Amino acid sequence: MDLKDKLISSFMAFENNVDVDHPVHEVRMEAMKNFEIKGFPSKKEEAWKYTSLNSLQKVDFSIFPKELNALEYKEVKKYFINEIDTYKIVFIDGIFSSNLSETTHDGVDICLMSSALNKPMYKQIIDVYFNKVASKDESLTTLNTAFSKEGAYIYIPKNKMPKKPIEIVHFATGTEASLMLQPRNLIIVEENAEVQIIERHQSLTSNEVLTNCVTEIFAAKSSIVDYYKVQNDAANASLIDNTYVDQKDKSDVKFHTFSFGGKLTRNNLNFYQNGEYLDSTMKGVTILGDKQHVDHHTLVHHIEPNCESHQDYKGIYGDSSTGVFNGKIIVEKLAQKTNAFQQNNNILISDKASINTKPQLEIFADDVKCSHGCTIGQLDEDALFYLQSRGIPKKEARALLMYAFANNVLESVRIPELKTRINKLIANKLGVNLGFDL
Amino acid sequence: MLQIKNLHASVEGKEILKGINLEVKAGEVHAIMGPNGSGKSTLSSVIAGKEEFDVTEGQVILQGEDLEDVSPEERSHKGIFLSFQYPVEIPGVSVTNFMKTAINEGRKARGLEDMPAKDMLKLIREKSEMLEIDRKFLSRSLNQGFSGGEKKRNEIFQMAMLEPKLAILDETDSGLDIDALRIVANGVNKLKSKDNAVILITHYQRLLDYIVPDFVHVLHNGKIVKSGGKELALELEEKGYDWIKNEAVV
Repeated sequence: MDLKDKLISSFMAFENNVDVDHPVHEVRMEAMKNFEIKGFPSKKEEAWKYTSLNSLQKVDFSIFPKELNALEYKEVKKYFINEIDTYKIVFIDGIFSSNLSETTHDGVDICLMSSALNKPMYKQIIDVYFNKVASKDESLTTLNTAFSKEGAYIYIPKNKMPKKPIEIVHFATGTEASLMLQPRNLIIVEENAEVQIIERHQSLTSNEVLTNCVTEIFAAKSSIVDYYKVQNDAANASLIDNTYVDQKDKSDVKFHTFSFGGKLTRNNLNFYQNGEYLDSTMKGVTILGDKQHVDHHTLVHHIEPNCESHQDYKGIYGDSSTGVFNGKIIVEKLAQKTNAFQQNNNILISDKASINTKPQLEIFADDVKCSHGCTIGQLDEDALFYLQSRGIPKKEARALLMYAFANNVLESVRIPELKTRINKLIANKLGVNLGFDL
Repeated sequence: MLQIKNLHASVEGKEILKGINLEVKAGEVHAIMGPNGSGKSTLSSVIAGKEEFDVTEGQVILQGEDLEDVSPEERSHKGIFLSFQYPVEIPGVSVTNFMKTAINEGRKARGLEDMPAKDMLKLIREKSEMLEIDRKFLSRSLNQGFSGGEKKRNEIFQMAMLEPKLAILDETDSGLDIDALRIVANGVNKLKSKDNAVILITHYQRLLDYIVPDFVHVLHNGKIVKSGGKELALELEEKGYDWIKNEAVV
């Protein structure tokens, strides 16, 4: 049985464990119907031309973990930004771990999707927001919607800001031979509120893990959202991330995606600008080796006038790794005075590595500034010679240049401890110890 | 200190250095002058070990050791320093961190432990004061957004930190105003000793008013066509290079 059939037949078992009378279940059933028709995307589709899910579909994934696994904090401490105090929403094999988490209802809600879906007090919010910005026809999103049950639920009321950043961490322990996870996150940031979120998917096993995650974010008027995705997963872990952001007037939403690990990672990052004078930022550093594959698909939909979007993705590809960047910008007729900037720069450090990069601009307004640029190159030999002539060995010199290349993406990281952590991950990934913290 | 014997070097099959002979002894300052395209920068890059140049004939010998197949970083560890005409910008790496890495890599190559942080700070303070470099400057990203003068001053700061045996200053005077030139020249003069040597590569006499050479060589078409004392530089300033080119043809 292939994965699609398995998922379809598992849906009935799934229904035994959720409240089928809740209005959300209508949404799930509708989504399931869509997935049954569409199935997994194939390479024939333009958006999946360079990323194949074929081999993943042949894996016999467990759809539900059989038992609750426990982890001690000290075993997994290194996966948290443990230098600072944070709220934590932690899942082990898809199941909430209360002992690793620190949730709150003190002025803000930092808790669980399952509570939001089950408790009557959240019903109104779920009615207003659940599955409202996520795609209703993209097949992997609908697959997640069909099985949506658990994940992070964050609600920041007007003028509030949580006391500390929030970490959303998903661990896979590998008790199952291979496990599929489908977290569903809902994040609502009300007017003039602010939040910082760090998300990580971490497999602790060499067994196969597939995560198909959907996150919906609603950024109300003048809100600020700072979101960091740390993707440094184990060699047999794959992630399909589908993030949808709805922005209102004067909101400022920034995403930083750090892709260093995993087997196959697909980031679908979608911004819908439903307001004026707002700002959307997408930045990424990708450093890959072995046979790793990362595919960044971004969409910015400029719907209203006077808005900005900034995209800056840097990629360094070694060994036989492969990368994709596809940046789609739609500027509607009404969206005059749009300023859309997109940049994708890549360095190939191996003859076998490759990157496919494609800007995709659809502009229907006439008074806009849209710029895009992509480059694929090698390290600058003159710069390398400069560093070597100062006594820095070639390997370290190359690492310094790669770090310098990716640096402007790191500059806008606003949590210093996270920035230090990312710098260490980069140094580690480049296999160097430079005698100072990058 | 340095012996260059019948050095021929080419890049992409094109011969640029066509038989250079030069001997630089400890304690000496040599100036290499010459018109554009005569091979001055190539000579400095070849001494520093840039890999894109092929040495097709001849030798570069430092303190008795032939440098054939010695990498640029090893040449640095052996005491060669090249001040670049166009220093490279390294965003995100501060001048201080860069120097720490460079110094400790050199120490590692000599089998020494990393320099203790306290000593490093003291050294940085001492050398930056000598070159009138502001402390804030040291925490900026290496060469990023530096003015031409700041870049050159930073090169000499690096030289001061690394204390090379042989320093090659490639067009260090270009892009400097007179005050910056004086500071840079003072720095070089303070670093000069009977145990080290300096090669100045320059177009103009100007720098040589501040750093007085013991020998002046004129490079033309990949060869040293004339050598003399410091008065040769003055003569070149006055008459230009044409008479030498003509002399070389004759």
